[in-house]
Amino acid sequence: MLRLGSLAALVAIWAIGAHFAGPQMLPSPLVVGRLMLHDTLTGELPRQMLITLFRVAVAFSIAMVLGSALGIAMGRHAAFDRVADPWVVVLLNLPALVIIVLAYIWAGLTETAAISAVALNKLPNAAVTLREGARALDRSLDDMAAVFDLSPWERQRHVVLPQLAPYFAAATRSGLSLVWKIVLVVELLGRPNGIGFELGTAFQLFDVARILAYGLAFVAVMLVIESFIVRPFEAHAARWRVPRD
Amino acid sequence: MRRAGGCRVTEPALNVAIAAKSYAAPGKSQRLVLRDLRFTVQPGERVAVVGPSGCGKTTLMRLIAGLDRTFEGRVTRPGAGGRLAMVFQEPALLPWRTVEDNIALVHPALDAGALGRLYDALGLAGHRRQFPGQLSLGLARRVALMRAFAVNPGLLLLDEPFVSLDEAMATRLRAELAGILAAGGVTTLLVTHDLDEAVELCSRVLLLSGQPATLAEDVALQHGAMSRAGLREDLIRRIARLGHAT
Repeated sequence: MLRLGSLAALVAIWAIGAHFAGPQMLPSPLVVGRLMLHDTLTGELPRQMLITLFRVAVAFSIAMVLGSALGIAMGRHAAFDRVADPWVVVLLNLPALVIIVLAYIWAGLTETAAISAVALNKLPNAAVTLREGARALDRSLDDMAAVFDLSPWERQRHVVLPQLAPYFAAATRSGLSLVWKIVLVVELLGRPNGIGFELGTAFQLFDVARILAYGLAFVAVMLVIESFIVRPFEAHAARWRVPRD
Repeated sequence: MRRAGGCRVTEPALNVAIAAKSYAAPGKSQRLVLRDLRFTVQPGERVAVVGPSGCGKTTLMRLIAGLDRTFEGRVTRPGAGGRLAMVFQEPALLPWRTVEDNIALVHPALDAGALGRLYDALGLAGHRRQFPGQLSLGLARRVALMRAFAVNPGLLLLDEPFVSLDEAMATRLRAELAGILAAGGVTTLLVTHDLDEAVELCSRVLLLSGQPATLAEDVALQHGAMSRAGLREDLIRRIARLGHAT
């Protein structure tokens, strides 16, 4: 209830600001809402949204799979950690824009370059999070698995992965918000479609209503993903954390 | 079982011949922990390894369990005739699995009826669907014992299984365990610094002494001839002669 009230207050402040700033600088919530509805009905907004979401999904999946594997290996093997850590530090501190621009220069303005650039930006983030998870693995559970002769698959599935679930959830949460922002930049700089491309076009036309309509629509979709996928996953992963009787 | 010269010779359930085991704590040089440690455990025998804290008892247990293979010597289980099971100092239960799912994970060798009787014997029948986080430490240790017995072990390793339990709980659990061990004839190796535990659960005590630790004395407990208090006193005298306290 408090959250809804806070959101309503934000819209009210926006409406008041729009009244004083004028429709060119800051269109009212009603105008932006109408445009959002119009572009949804014509199919343009959903089409651009799906293109962007596809890029988010592919880049996010690649980054999570490779980053997690890298992070777990680093957390489990100190020698490998010492070798890979400098690479991860370089990637972590390299500005996203540099990676994107270099990817476009080296691989052309292609889908592969765009998705690789996004994945490469997210990968070290996932690796560092999962490395912490792997370092925190309970050794006594490893010993138990060894003594009772659990198969490698059983050890991963039942002993290791559940311990890493909170770290996967953290990496997913931070990763999604990071990836979709970078995807918009990638689209703005070098793709002929997607929400980022639409925002770039609107910027050139000084179409603030469109910028807000597409931007907010995307935020809404990401909130839905957060509420209906990420949070339920977190709740499922933590279902055993029940209070004592 | 094999035959030698017409006689039936029973292979030992456990054959330990450790020439040397060194250990390096982080940032420190190598330290010899165990030296020239040799003993056997016969099938059905219950043996306690007793020694002062920090003398290398848990290290010895890890070598026997195969959790650490960096040592000179050999540990074999020629006549164990079944799987290895271990009860650790910590219950080592998977907190995201219920009690019965923790048991199921280790692929129990017992059938459902025998498992049910074990649940009853250990007072866990009403806790099968609970998660370890909902259990007291005493109950969690019972689950760890249950898991070990569920695989119908050929050799059971107990590494201070009642440590950090209050005295009343430890006494009760020890008595229950003694009953189950006696009934099942499970070959058992117990590591402990608690002489009551050693006397109540075992028929033989190996006294470790020195640094690096080595086998100082191999004592057969004459349960029929002496009371538990007498056996305990006898062990205390022997330990005092060795120059350390447990």
